[in-house]
Amino acid sequence: MTARGGRRVMLELNKITKYYNPGTVNEMCLFNDFNLSVQNGEFVSVVGSNGSGKTSMLNILCGSIPIDKGSIHVQGSNITNMPEFKRQRKIGRVYQNPAMGTCPNMTILENMSLADNKGKAFNLGWGTNKKRIEYYRENLRSLGLGLEDKLDVPVGSLSGGQRQAMALLMVTMSPIEFLILDEHTAALDPKTAELIMELTDKVVKEKQLTTIMVTHNLRYAVEYGNRLLMMHQGEVIIDASGEEKKHLRIDDLLDKFNQISIECGN
Amino acid sequence: MLESILAVLETILVIFIGALEEGLVYAVMALGVYITYKILDFPDLSVDGTFPLGAAVTATLITKGVSPILTLLISFVIGAFAGMLTGIIHVKFKIRDLLAGIIMMTALYTINLRITGGKSNVPIFMQKTIFNNSFLNGMPEEVQPYLVSIVLFFIVLLMKLLLDLYLKTKSGYLLRAVGDNEMVVTALAKDKGITKIIGLIIANAYVALSGSVYAQKSGYFDIYTGTGTMVMGLASVVIGINLLKKVSFVKATSAVIVGSVIYKICVAIAIYFGLETSDLKLITAVLFFVILVASNDRKRRAKSNA
Repeated sequence: MTARGGRRVMLELNKITKYYNPGTVNEMCLFNDFNLSVQNGEFVSVVGSNGSGKTSMLNILCGSIPIDKGSIHVQGSNITNMPEFKRQRKIGRVYQNPAMGTCPNMTILENMSLADNKGKAFNLGWGTNKKRIEYYRENLRSLGLGLEDKLDVPVGSLSGGQRQAMALLMVTMSPIEFLILDEHTAALDPKTAELIMELTDKVVKEKQLTTIMVTHNLRYAVEYGNRLLMMHQGEVIIDASGEEKKHLRIDDLLDKFNQISIECGN
Repeated sequence: MLESILAVLETILVIFIGALEEGLVYAVMALGVYITYKILDFPDLSVDGTFPLGAAVTATLITKGVSPILTLLISFVIGAFAGMLTGIIHVKFKIRDLLAGIIMMTALYTINLRITGGKSNVPIFMQKTIFNNSFLNGMPEEVQPYLVSIVLFFIVLLMKLLLDLYLKTKSGYLLRAVGDNEMVVTALAKDKGITKIIGLIIANAYVALSGSVYAQKSGYFDIYTGTGTMVMGLASVVIGINLLKKVSFVKATSAVIVGSVIYKICVAIAIYFGLETSDLKLITAVLFFVILVASNDRKRRAKSNA
């Protein structure tokens, strides 16, 4: 275990090069010698127009897409060639689509049981540990959505906001080091988005998670987190942390967006 | 008058018992198809090869004097192995689900002939089977007509309960998750490919066991028994689950068994009204088509390969 809160490097992307459709007329170089390092305990918001490479960066980090050159280190160990599922041991990821983080045909209780067992063996023991049900209830109650009384309801019948809240709860239930939020409020109505954002902030602070949040909501990017990146065509064009981040305003970001004359995504 | 009514009733009873027996024989196979089609969302055609695989292994071993009960176990294990190969072809070599099944089904046709020593038909009428042994033959005369159904009932019940139990374990949860939303399995730091292979192993073990029961009940192995097995299994799964989905206390596994029996009753009625046995596959295909259209089960989730 790394000492939490210490200024140690959590993530390092070194000289990442990524081509899409290599060898065809549609060949496109997204990243060319891309570098990024994230310190332990940082909460990084990432903004940028469509196609700027935000989600690709997350996919590269999680191993969902391969890279052509470069290396990825998490806590000093090289994970460049580690398959996606193995990387997830230390990573929790919440997607834009609320349907992606839960099993729709399984009940809330079954989904919670699955998440609770992450990192342990999926053997022939009972899928649901009855002794843990009260704990799941408490966790669900903290969401304030009334899910604690619906343990036997299939998750597919919940609303998008409820499912996203569950997805967030599920990825942060087991001890992870790293939280990846991929526009996780973008598919929700403004009120629910607000709720999920508050929950996110609470969880990140409580568990002291290193977090990367991609968002099109400039207000969230400015308000939450302690570092802000703006990306454009595979490069970081704003990297503000500490005092600089605190003084950053939405208008500053909008100006930059206009400056690069690309329509704002929000 | 009364006599003719009794005669009709008796005919109905005979048809019903026959259909019930047939339905129960195929019910275990339908449970296997339920695992692949409903839980894993994987249309597994290797079933058309693993069903006769179980029958071939059983018929061959029984003629060599192996205990009938032991042949059930051996068929189960060999079916599991075949399922594992389908899984590896699909997951490790990234071949589409349907094609992986077709490869396995085609290969098994030859394998099954090799097992029987090249014979496409192996009779075991005169041999000791789970339905034909001194214990059952010593039962009272009155229960004799129902013995086959009773033996089948216990086999089906045992296999259903085992599957129900498995689906409640951690491993079973993971299997359900991989068919439901495989991204969740990845998020749990588990290899979704391995999970799919486990599902195919269990499914094909069930199917081969069903083939073993089939050979012992019908008294022979025939190389062509496999053709259309998967469609028959699918029909049972879809009939059962759609008919009983409103009845909340009936588990899907029970519904599949009921579906298998209902399917066989439909077929028995069709034959009673003059259709030939050679028309069976066409009836199955048409029936299955009608069921799919009626239940709108064609909608399949978009899925990536492995």
